[in-house]
Amino acid sequence: MNNPVQDTTPAAQSTPLLQVRDLKMHFPIKEAAGLGRTRKVVQAVDGVSFDLAPGGSLGLVGESGCGKSTTGRMITRLLTPTAGQILFKGTDIAQLKERELRPFRRELQIVFQDPYSSLNPRQTVSNIISTPLRVHNLVKRGKELERVQELLERVGLNPEHHNRYPNEFSGGQRQRIGIARALAVEPEVIIADEPVSALDVSIQAQVMNLMEDLRRDLGIAFVFIAHDLGVVRHFCDTVAVMYLGKIVEQGPREQIYTAPQHPYTQALLSAAPDLGTIRGVPAKERIRLVGDVPSPIDPPSGCRFRTRCWKAEEICATQEPLLEIKPRSAAGHTAACHFAEPKVDLTAATA
Amino acid sequence: MSTPANEPGTADTLGKDGLNTMSGADAAAQAKRGPSIATRERRQGSLNPSGETPYLEVTDLTVKFPTADGVVSAVNGLSYAVPLGRTLAIVGESGSGKSVSSMAVMGLHDRKRTRITGSIKLGGDEIVGLAENDLMKIRGDAVSMVFQDPQSSLHPLYTVGSQIAEAYLVHHKVSKDVAKKRALEMLDLVGIPNPIRRFKQYPHEFSGGMRQRAMIAMGLVNDPKLVIADEPTTALDVTVQAQILDLLNNLQKEFGSAIVLITHDLGVVAEMADDVLVMYAGRCVEYGTAQDVLAQPRMPYTWGLLESIPTVSAASERLRPIKGLPPSLLNLPSGCSFNPRCPYKDRVKGERCTTDLPELLPVDGAGAHTSRCHLHDKASIYEAEVAPRLG
Repeated sequence: MNNPVQDTTPAAQSTPLLQVRDLKMHFPIKEAAGLGRTRKVVQAVDGVSFDLAPGGSLGLVGESGCGKSTTGRMITRLLTPTAGQILFKGTDIAQLKERELRPFRRELQIVFQDPYSSLNPRQTVSNIISTPLRVHNLVKRGKELERVQELLERVGLNPEHHNRYPNEFSGGQRQRIGIARALAVEPEVIIADEPVSALDVSIQAQVMNLMEDLRRDLGIAFVFIAHDLGVVRHFCDTVAVMYLGKIVEQGPREQIYTAPQHPYTQALLSAAPDLGTIRGVPAKERIRLVGDVPSPIDPPSGCRFRTRCWKAEEICATQEPLLEIKPRSAAGHTAACHFAEPKVDLTAATA
Repeated sequence: MSTPANEPGTADTLGKDGLNTMSGADAAAQAKRGPSIATRERRQGSLNPSGETPYLEVTDLTVKFPTADGVVSAVNGLSYAVPLGRTLAIVGESGSGKSVSSMAVMGLHDRKRTRITGSIKLGGDEIVGLAENDLMKIRGDAVSMVFQDPQSSLHPLYTVGSQIAEAYLVHHKVSKDVAKKRALEMLDLVGIPNPIRRFKQYPHEFSGGMRQRAMIAMGLVNDPKLVIADEPTTALDVTVQAQILDLLNNLQKEFGSAIVLITHDLGVVAEMADDVLVMYAGRCVEYGTAQDVLAQPRMPYTWGLLESIPTVSAASERLRPIKGLPPSLLNLPSGCSFNPRCPYKDRVKGERCTTDLPELLPVDGAGAHTSRCHLHDKASIYEAEVAPRLG
């Protein structure tokens, strides 16, 4: 756990730390229909599978409502999946009861998006960070403060400030407190759910660098959930692109960004505003999607992206494409599309 | 942050501000250059990167909020100009005064709690100090605003169509039918499919992108000459953001309006803006055409912003964040507000960065690209040190 981990390729040589298999989350909802009510389900996540190597980092990208946060919450078991497996070091934790789950909670921690609502305003920082220590009996009585101060220092906050309340800190500092809380129990995996999207650019970079240090020094593996493609490219070795509850493309970072196969990934990349254009990098070709993401209550048949896809043909409506390695893709690079082909000109050449 | 010894100096400048409605920088400039006419002319030149006659002209705008803890100077001596058909992007972090300054243009501040000095001219007419009734005639007609959060800026209990029609009725003496027709036209224009059905729907029945389109429809229903878009795409996904930005661009081409785009996303700025104004702690720190500011920035804060963004097109090594936090507006550092965070301040001789507020001066001595920094060799530092890191 403490030895620094080299960048691991997605086709990890070692056994994966975390294996997610065909994970599903269906939320039942009631809807008024005429006089009666019908039961429907929101298929928030529908069959997601991926591996996470020790010390690796996987980026989950997609638009709001695609199920990336729900996936993160299932892995940390804040939600109980409808179906599927979450194997942590070989043990399936998907359906474990709270008591049996306790030891695993220590290993899988989460950092939330909003540093304002995720910290209790009436508790001191010291209390917020030491609660997990007490719950898991990690520190002897009387030694708590020492550990809290050590953690505060680790995340770049002044250890003297342990007695302050969250409202005395800025957004970036609060996010550091959230990270310190996750670190307190020495987890092996941190799920970071949009950890920097609520922060200003200059502060965003500070927090990103902190997480990178943690990954390097402590060998913590990250599942990094974000909608900002630049941030993900910076932080993650492997990237999985989600659309409407499913992974549509997955692979090593460079492959996804320089030779994306799936039309949706291509559209996402081409829609991201790029600063490079002003510095003389030739403008990339624009793919403009029309319309909105369909409702996950009644997703389109076959390929879920077909309603917005410019390549869609009949087969897309009848046959669901599988997430598989395509003829022209590199190792470990999979895409779920009948007409997948790499498109290389969407982002400027790598520096 | 600032040493106690420096504080009287700061207080002094602030005092002057209130009396002369002139920022410390300009006061200093005037003292140096002698006759005020000369200063004025120089500033006129640098005020407007395009050189065209501006539709919106903001001069020495200062917005202060007296609070229990002291006076917050949210905007300090801000000047800019936007001609018709051009887009000015105002960039800055939260609390830099970008939204406050544009709300002043709309006259949206509570008069009792705000002290606004300086001048805001719309098509030549002064609007600072205008009576509420007269402001009402301008708002939504000649000037309109598109807000960040379409969820909270549309009324949940009225249909989307009626809200757009109302905006038209307020400024035109027409029948409801005409207004409805106009609203339908606008819904169609902003690319909302099936406008007749959508007209009767409530905001909750719209998706986020649709709501933002409806907001834009409402903003443009009276053919405004100036549209202020305050983070119009921040709440949206990238693919929808691209649609909305395209829409704004097309509408501008069609109607020739001036757009003030407030954002913190430099990628959006690069794609949308003709001119860019960078704000820090209530002051303009760099101003020029988008090409100048983003490709040849001449101010360490702008460099810091550019360096701290991971881009889609390059896998950067390690990000170089700006250290520290933005200052409190209640207690600005003396001298240059950015000095506590500036990695280059040692290169300026003496303590000028901590004692004198730099003026907003042309970077090459004459042009329209201005920046507020004491550094002498900004161009060479940028080319030699910053640019290579940006890749």
